[in-house]
Amino acid sequence: MTEAAQDLLFDLTLSDEQRMNRDTMQRFAAQEMRDLAPAVDLGGADVGSFLPRSAELGLTLLPIPEALGGAGMQRSPVSNALIHEDLAHGDLGLALGAVAPLGFVNTLLDQGTDAQKEALLPRFCSGEFLAATTALQEPRATFEPTEPRATATPSGEGFVLNGSKCMVPLGMEAELVLVIAQLQDTGPAAFIVQGTPEGMQRSAEENMGLKGAQLATLQFDEVQVPADALLGGGAFNLQRFLDLSRIGICALAVGACQAVLDYVVPYCNEREAFGEPISNRQSVAFMIADIAIELESMRLMTWRAAALAERGEDFHEQAYLAKQFCAEYAMKIGTDGVQLLGGHGYTREHPVELWYRHLRAIDTLEGVAAA
Amino acid sequence: MINLELAKKHRDTLEQTMMLAEHMMRPYSRKYDKEEHTYPKEMEQAVELISAGRSEAMGGGRKKDAPAGTVVNGGNMGAVVGLFGLCWGDVGLFLGMPGSGLGNAAINAVGTPEQVKKYGGSYAAMCITEPGTGSDSANISTTAVLDGDEWVLNGEKIFVTDGDRADTLVVWATLDKSLGKAAIKSFIVEKGTPGCEVTRLEHKMGIRASDTAAISFSDCRIPRQNLLGTEEVATDAEGRKKAFGGVMQTFDNPRPPVAAMAIGVSRAALDLARELLRAEGVELTFERKPINLSALEAELARMEAQWNAARLLVLKAAWMADNKQPNSLEASMCKAKAGRVGNDITLRCVALCQSLGYSEQHLLEKFARDSKILDIFEGTQQIQQLIVARRVLGKSSSELK
Ligand SMILES: Cc1cc2nc3c(=O)[nH]c(=O)nc-3n(C[C@H](O)[C@H](O)[C@H](O)COP(=O)(O)OP(=O)(O)OC[C@H]3O[C@@H](n4cnc5c(N)ncnc54)[C@H](O)[C@@H]3O)c2cc1C
Repeated sequence: MTEAAQDLLFDLTLSDEQRMNRDTMQRFAAQEMRDLAPAVDLGGADVGSFLPRSAELGLTLLPIPEALGGAGMQRSPVSNALIHEDLAHGDLGLALGAVAPLGFVNTLLDQGTDAQKEALLPRFCSGEFLAATTALQEPRATFEPTEPRATATPSGEGFVLNGSKCMVPLGMEAELVLVIAQLQDTGPAAFIVQGTPEGMQRSAEENMGLKGAQLATLQFDEVQVPADALLGGGAFNLQRFLDLSRIGICALAVGACQAVLDYVVPYCNEREAFGEPISNRQSVAFMIADIAIELESMRLMTWRAAALAERGEDFHEQAYLAKQFCAEYAMKIGTDGVQLLGGHGYTREHPVELWYRHLRAIDTLEGVAAA
Repeated sequence: MINLELAKKHRDTLEQTMMLAEHMMRPYSRKYDKEEHTYPKEMEQAVELISAGRSEAMGGGRKKDAPAGTVVNGGNMGAVVGLFGLCWGDVGLFLGMPGSGLGNAAINAVGTPEQVKKYGGSYAAMCITEPGTGSDSANISTTAVLDGDEWVLNGEKIFVTDGDRADTLVVWATLDKSLGKAAIKSFIVEKGTPGCEVTRLEHKMGIRASDTAAISFSDCRIPRQNLLGTEEVATDAEGRKKAFGGVMQTFDNPRPPVAAMAIGVSRAALDLARELLRAEGVELTFERKPINLSALEAELARMEAQWNAARLLVLKAAWMADNKQPNSLEASMCKAKAGRVGNDITLRCVALCQSLGYSEQHLLEKFARDSKILDIFEGTQQIQQLIVARRVLGKSSSELK
């Protein structure tokens, strides 16, 4: 650690740039995401037109070096966490799809070879939306992200992939998919799969929520990929990838839970029962107080892990604990959001019903966003 | 810039206080838990070391105000971090130390320079709670009547921490109960003043090294200048609110410190439980996803997460105070969270270690008994939730009771 790092003070002040960026993200989330979300959930609205609009935010452009056509901003897990938080305030499902390419780009920047960066990153700088994503999750009740079971076997000039991946954001459309698999005799590795090679099958998923993320299952049956598909040309730092991704997922949870709090406060202040606002009763008011307290905890834990990551310090334990905490309270806050609206909360008249279904996924999600 | 790690000086504070706690407090933990009401004289040496360390950290004199716009990690942060360390050692012994009293905080927060000079460094206890009223502190009945150049106090106070050992008492009394909150004032009473008498010491579940006294005041006369703050009783609503706010000021402030005590004692419990479980081959490694861990490991992981969450809320509240941001919401948030997390962790650690947790051979059972009070005094769990709820919902105390 450098001398300067040692002298850092505890501080929760956002930079002017982070504050301005938040305004942009929050405006976009309010205007482009919140109202679209229920229709997308019912399958009646097209996510396809939303994603190109999200390209206006320039998410993937920012961290790519100028030489490759990007804006050349230092990758900042803190700023990325704020982006995830603000977009999920609009809708968690749509946000997950919108940030999937950023996750791909960030992992490539972090662990790719120069040749891989030069070949692929310019494609993210055109201003058009390029669907790219990461495939880690596998359809198994005891799935353990540190022990993927999809396999990669050296074969001829390249590798052969086998296995099944699920909950892949933008899985139907993604032109670039980073597939995490066990490389024979080596350990976990990541492969860049372009297009839909022979033996790869995509099928759209129906899940409890997260429709906006267009989750899909990808089946790999003897899929041949070239040698340069191997990310970084060798072993993959799966733990680091998971930890950065956990920060992103936690931040998504924070944004969605903030949306719950922002919704239940005015609702409970206006809704009357027994002659006065329901929020005049402690069992209602205390539930809301606890949402506020736990939400603030979730945010601080996420920011702490992100800030450590940003400075290049060990952040594994903090990312792990943040994910553990956010998973628990995402579900709790999602549930309480419904409870606070009673029967009305159970209907699709109010977004808390949708948010409940979205937030159930935080615990399960791994590897889908990389802050 | 976002950074949630402690500054170097506060990492040092933590290390030093934990070292002091380990060598000068822990060896006496069980002794004074058993010998309730005995004054822990060994702590005097610890107090000397702590106050020497404190004045060194302050640079020996008054710190200049930081220029506007710069971030401060100052006395509030230092205090909560120091409490993490000392209460990791023993929260009971800490509360039994001279100078740890809430009365000191009150005198230093609102006293005149003369009052601070005369009483700021004394061993000062705080007398608010009465037999008939605790949480509802605006409902106290002890009276103060001006008679010439003296105030005459009458009433009964209970649960006064260190009330027996203290030299000075800060006493809440009303000038006229019919005027409500606005008429509540606080007074400095020297122990030994005729009419002021310790009538009882409580026998308690935990923090037994700290005495808890009942004190009665009957025609207890004190000098007129011993009133803290202004004599005037505000007549308009705004003024009334402000006046009670002044008395309560002594209250917003101690919430993060009491929350910090809960962080300290629950850290102690977690450390010990993890040590005892490690001996049985149960180790928390932060590798596999929590859902794929054994029940014991998962429980430890959950408690670590809870502990970290509560700790960060405490640091945030202290950071806001250091940077002159109003923190009454955050102070209550951290007290609520740390209070319940502290109770939960210390009790679960007793359960996880089975007979070793329950046995007096180890300190786990004592940590659980000690920590319980931290979710009660300085505003119970429910009172903190009430404050947070009112703030978040924008409600008055008459709307949300
Ligand atoms: C060891 C110890 C040391 C102490 N030290 C001091 C001290 O130094 N100085 C001092 O002045 N006092 C001290 N106290 C007193 C302490 O602050 C009070 O006990 C505490 O504030 C609670 O008051 P109470 O005991 O009268 O409980 P009550 O006010 O009677 O409360 C009983 C229960 O009702 C709940 N409750 C009350 N009002 C509400 C409400 N509006 N909404 C929801 N729930 C509510 C409470 O949360 C609690 O669970 C000490 C107490 C102890 C045990």
